[in-house]
Amino acid sequence: MLCIHSMYSGINISQTDARPMYLQILEQIRARVAAGDWPAGKELPSIRALAAALNVSVITIKRAYLDLENEGVIVTRHGKGSFVADVNGLAGELREAQLDEHLAEAAEIGRQLGLTEEDLAARLRRVHRNLDKK
Amino acid sequence: MDNKHIEMRGVRKNFQFFTLDNLSLDLEAGEVMGFVGPNGAGKSTTLRLAMGMIAPDAGEIRLMGHAIPAAQAAAKRDVGYVSADMRLLPQATFGWHMEFAKSIYPEWDGGYAATLVKRFNLRPEQSARSLSLGERVKAVLLLALARRPRLLILDEPTTGLDPVARHEVISEFMDVLRDDDRSILFSSHNTVDVERISDRITFIDRGRIVECSNKEDFLDRWRRIHVQLPAGASLPELPNIVGRVVDGQFVTLTTDRYSEGLRTLIGPYVREVQRMNLEEIFVANVMHCREVRGS
Repeated sequence: MLCIHSMYSGINISQTDARPMYLQILEQIRARVAAGDWPAGKELPSIRALAAALNVSVITIKRAYLDLENEGVIVTRHGKGSFVADVNGLAGELREAQLDEHLAEAAEIGRQLGLTEEDLAARLRRVHRNLDKK
Repeated sequence: MDNKHIEMRGVRKNFQFFTLDNLSLDLEAGEVMGFVGPNGAGKSTTLRLAMGMIAPDAGEIRLMGHAIPAAQAAAKRDVGYVSADMRLLPQATFGWHMEFAKSIYPEWDGGYAATLVKRFNLRPEQSARSLSLGERVKAVLLLALARRPRLLILDEPTTGLDPVARHEVISEFMDVLRDDDRSILFSSHNTVDVERISDRITFIDRGRIVECSNKEDFLDRWRRIHVQLPAGASLPELPNIVGRVVDGQFVTLTTDRYSEGLRTLIGPYVREVQRMNLEEIFVANVMHCREVRGS
């Protein structure tokens, strides 16, 4: 039992802290991620394991994890568990979303000009070649 | 199939000076429910009804999917029940009690029992008569825990325990919950324990359920709002206020549905908005319901 406790022994819940328990846990996890102690990709303890280790209810840990997920600090994969988010990965996803938006705009203009999909693809290839020359 | 460990619908039980009425309650697998109420509210009666120890006058009760009290023998194989007034055989040793439990329950986990004996600081060779109150409580809990039942029904399980023993016992409860098919229903006066380990909380007062909700919702919704009014000013009509104490220019409001909208309505007069702990919520909730029910 001791070793299980010591895995997360740094996380504490104070009864005299005015903040709710889920927030105390959330902020301590966020601090560990910000400090780099919990690196990107690190697997977080399961909700039930952390609840048991800290002697708090499952629902409190769920609430903390859900908020951390909404903030983008952690990602949860169903059936696999929760992991510290890869911030670069997160940025990458945002960039990809941006790219898709630009492509959608380009496709729209292409349609207005009466270009076929193939015409558009050919133009994209030409842009690529010009980039490579530079 | 739904996975309810306890299901109570419209249950009524009459006693000479007390009636438990229209009681409905659900406990899902994997959940801890804290059952909170003043003395004489009907907590123990409810737990005993769930266990089939007394029969309801009306309503339906299912325990581990079995109808209660009709099929209680089948249901109880998977249920551990502990109440504060349980007695051991005074002249027999604690070890004898463990052997006895082992002979009755095929699921008895001897290894886990031995671990718990150490963690709870108990001595099997000690006679039940010589156990202190705290030791007796731990001994009875051990007898239930070592069967590894899927459902634990605990009536005031931490009463009589010192803070260290309470911590040990609660750690064991939480350990049970590593398995998401196991659940706990426990009653307690100790709102700190309830607030800490419950997923859902049910308030009961004078034989009726006052409120049942997810714990995080409870704690999120209730707020105390301290207001200071300038001389001559008055508060606008406010929704969702369940308590109001006026002391000159100072007004303390209690709400069970806090929102930023409410704060905006009160406007610049708000001095402070405070969260409430479970005990404060419980008292405010019960007082408000008694007011509404007109007694």
